[in-house]
Amino acid sequence: LAAQDSASAQDVVAPDAVHYDEYGAVAEPLTETAGDAAAGQTVMTTRGLGNCVACHQISVLDAVPFQGEIGPPLDGAGDRWTEADLRGIIANAKMTFEGSMMPSFYKSSGYIRPGNGFTGKAGTEPLPPLLTAQQVEDVVAYLLTLKEG
Amino acid sequence: LGLATAPLHADEEAELVINGELEMTVRAPAPEHLDAMSEITSGWVYRSDETRELQMDDFDNPGMIFVDQARDMWASADGEAGESCASCHNEPEEMAGVKPVYPKWNEEAGEVRTLEMQINACREERMQAEPWGYTSGDMVNMVALISSVSRGMPVDVAIDGPAQSTWEQGKEIYYTRYGQLELACANCHEDNYGNMIRADHLSQGQVNGFPVYRLKNAKLNAVHSRFKGCVRDTRAETFAEGSPEFVALELYVTSRGNGLSVEGPSVRN
Ligand code: HEC
Ligand code: HEC
Ligand code: HEC
Repeated sequence: LAAQDSASAQDVVAPDAVHYDEYGAVAEPLTETAGDAAAGQTVMTTRGLGNCVACHQISVLDAVPFQGEIGPPLDGAGDRWTEADLRGIIANAKMTFEGSMMPSFYKSSGYIRPGNGFTGKAGTEPLPPLLTAQQVEDVVAYLLTLKEG
Repeated sequence: LGLATAPLHADEEAELVINGELEMTVRAPAPEHLDAMSEITSGWVYRSDETRELQMDDFDNPGMIFVDQARDMWASADGEAGESCASCHNEPEEMAGVKPVYPKWNEEAGEVRTLEMQINACREERMQAEPWGYTSGDMVNMVALISSVSRGMPVDVAIDGPAQSTWEQGKEIYYTRYGQLELACANCHEDNYGNMIRADHLSQGQVNGFPVYRLKNAKLNAVHSRFKGCVRDTRAETFAEGSPEFVALELYVTSRGNGLSVEGPSVRN
């Protein structure tokens, strides 16, 4: 297991090395390990991880209470977007939607008054990104399961 | 219809009348300086029926207990000069009309002052008493007392003249996207009021209801404590209570509510 961990650590694309195309898509996976949709669902619904449901509704997750109304519902996201689009939107939505309110989940510097988590105290850049590279891949895998009809 | 959840929004048309007689303005035309919206609304509008009802009668409003404590404090001498607030200001009711115009430019001091700053100026310079902590219990209670005697009066802070540069600074802070979540006050309270963010029904983030009794922490909360919480929630380094940045932000946010009634102490979840 330890060997596997260090192997995957070597193959992770660092936040400032991610290559976005002109539409904000990221073609290259951030890790060599394929995304796990079930793990992605947990990331999306857990406060302190992605907490995507704070802003988005997902009909198939109707057991998850208090889904937000800030962004569009994600039903059918897997039809609307390619894998590369979704990876880009999660890593840094502002590359796809200029000025978006959606946080950049795989970014570590360039903030105004960055904090140390939710302590209110100063943090030091580079900050750990909001999600790990593998968590981004897991969320992409989950979103690709959201097909309409 | 196909959506997963349809959050139960409180009735946004409801009217606030306190003690069956004091009619509050919870909806007003936006002040001229504010282009982003046509109508401003009190945070009361966005709360649940049960929370709202607590503010409709002073016997039910838990914030009024603290107002009573401040009344006792008002009349108690403190400090080397042996004075109380009452020695110079008589009844607290004489403070009617003060809360609506704060934060306010103070010519002598050459600065914009919040009520807290003014109260501490009286304590230090006129009573020779220790200043109260900016968001201490004594301070927030006293602000609640001074607010309570202006309830129903329209918020009306000046933003021009010598206060203008402070106001501009506050406006800039309001629109800056702080922290690792890169969120400005405006993202939540201007672009998304009325929407749910997880379990929270977003209001316009108005300050006309402060100090606010929150059911969540069962005490009165000062404006700067709320600012601090909101900035912290963006995973940012916050500003300190009483800092020049928060004073400027308070002036700006207060001005966004010019025309709403002073409500403090209000009740929120
Ligand atoms: C603070 C609010 C917020 C959070 C948290 C958030 N989003 Fe978004 N998201 C938005 C907004 C707003 C948009 C609309 C794009 C824009 O800005 O125009 C959006 C757009 C999207 C889109 C494209 C919309 C479509 O057509 O389906 C996807 C996919 C998406 N978000 C996924 C996620 C995922 C996955 C997470 C969590 C890892 C997440 N979002 C967290 C606010 C948010
Ligand atoms: C020895 C006299 C004295 C004492 C004691 C005193 N003040 Fe004052 N206070 C003043 C004077 C003088 C002013 C400035 C003139 C004015 O606005 O009334 C003032 C102004 C104020 C103002 C601003 C009023 C406005 O219209 O802008 C507030 C609020 C205030 N005092 C609260 C208090 C409180 C609360 C206490 C007790 C903790 C207190 N004061 C104690 C003399 C006093
Ligand atoms: C991520 C979203 C978010 C951001 C950004 C945010 N707030 Fe808030 N704020 C909330 C929520 C949620 C509440 C509680 C529900 C409500 O009243 O909107 C709240 C409440 C408030 C209240 C209390 C309103 C009342 O009537 O009790 C004030 C005042 C406020 N915010 C001001 C600010 C200011 C000023 C900023 C920027 C420095 C800010 N907020 C940034 C989410 C946010």
